[in-house]
Amino acid sequence: MADFEPRIVAFLCNWCTYTAADLAGTSRLQYPPNVRVIRLMCTGALDPVYVSKALLEGADGVLIGGCHPGDCHYQSGNYKARRRIAILHTILAGLGFDPQRVWLRWISASEGQRFADTVTEMVEHLRRLGPNPMRELPMS
Amino acid sequence: MTIQAWLPVEGEDAAGALRKFLAELLTSGYVDALLVPCRLAGDEAVMPALVESPEALEACEPLAPVMSHNMATMAGRLTVMDTGRRVGVWLRPCELRALIELTKLHQATLEHVRTIAVDCLGTYEVVDYAALVRAGKQPAELWRGAAQGEALPADGCALRSACRMCEYPTAANADIRIGLIGLDFPRQVLVESKEPLPVELPPADVPARRQEVLEQVRARRTAERDTAFAAWRTEVPDLRRLAERFATCIRCHNCMVACPICYCKECIFRTPTFDHEPEQYFRWAERRGVIRMPTDTLLFHITRLNHMATSCVGCGLCESACPNRLPVATLFRSVAQSVQALFNYEAGRSLEEELPLAAFREDELTDLGK
Repeated sequence: MADFEPRIVAFLCNWCTYTAADLAGTSRLQYPPNVRVIRLMCTGALDPVYVSKALLEGADGVLIGGCHPGDCHYQSGNYKARRRIAILHTILAGLGFDPQRVWLRWISASEGQRFADTVTEMVEHLRRLGPNPMRELPMS
Repeated sequence: MTIQAWLPVEGEDAAGALRKFLAELLTSGYVDALLVPCRLAGDEAVMPALVESPEALEACEPLAPVMSHNMATMAGRLTVMDTGRRVGVWLRPCELRALIELTKLHQATLEHVRTIAVDCLGTYEVVDYAALVRAGKQPAELWRGAAQGEALPADGCALRSACRMCEYPTAANADIRIGLIGLDFPRQVLVESKEPLPVELPPADVPARRQEVLEQVRARRTAERDTAFAAWRTEVPDLRRLAERFATCIRCHNCMVACPICYCKECIFRTPTFDHEPEQYFRWAERRGVIRMPTDTLLFHITRLNHMATSCVGCGLCESACPNRLPVATLFRSVAQSVQALFNYEAGRSLEEELPLAAFREDELTDLGK
């Protein structure tokens, strides 16, 4: 387990969290390189199918990052995303899959440090959880 | 319900009395057409039919305990664009609840619809019903014990599994409700209506027994439901076990086609979104040693859950449509129950409650996003 490196797929909103990730980079903040970032225009544009796809194919965690409540570039995309993720969490829990592999975090464009801290925290959390059990299945 | 009346039944011909009542709705101009279950080709199949002529109602089988389609889907086809024609739609409770969901999803309009909801104690699969008819059973006969709150006689055929755990034997919010349960069926049929009816009927004093029997049925079905859900959760404690349980899924999409809530004209699983380049499949197989083909079977079911669990009414047509008899209805219903509870929502309960996926509150779920 010691050499287990969690793989995180991150869906980040263009206006806030993606910019925060960019800021973390340009500020030369150190954070674990375990995250693969996919840029979206808004968390509200994320269909849960893509989160499920990542998990079923063995991603150890999925991070969804958007603007703080009230700050959505499109007014309410993040609120809608929050409901969808709440539903996804309930479905995953109902199917015996740990919903705590899916994180929803609000990180604004100026919070580069918060982005670095979130990734660090999530990597530590996933190290404790161990690899995604779906990794061992012949892709279902 | 403002009006409660008895339907005059000759002898034990409850179905005949209902046909006559439906014909009067047509001839009086109360509705221009009726969407009702009919046998149009032989006696073995009872299917939804759109009836304009009162004479054609001879083929109507209002009490046949069989469910080939969800009538709400058919009602949506007729009303998604308002034609101004008044149509009476004969619905079981699950079909009425599906129609309410479809209306909220803008896939049906109720402006010119009169909903006629009949008590339901369960239905057979299409093949089982056909076999019962071949064996000489009359549709109304199958209901006899049911009106006293007993399950239908088995005769080697079980009710559809969704019906066995359905806690909605009667509909709450129809324009006209046809009561059978807890009455002296088939000699007695109750008609309840929100608005004046075009026919003179003797007023009914509904016996207290009706409510008692309805409660018994609800309690028994709820217990069956909870047992089925508990058994399911024990049998399928994690995704690995789900993959094993669903190993025989051939991803035919029949469950999706049969589902009244899955209305998308272009489902993501019918687009090339998950058709990958050949090279990709080889890479996956190389990395894991083996991959199942076609891929994304579990993804299909989990995504369907994400998209329709908030509106699932538990009609169970997904399971009836499954060629490999997978317990899809139990899966969907058990998950839908927790998803709907999350928003204190109950699919089909009311037209006013907003769809969970179409709304949000600023101050909710605050421990989720941090």
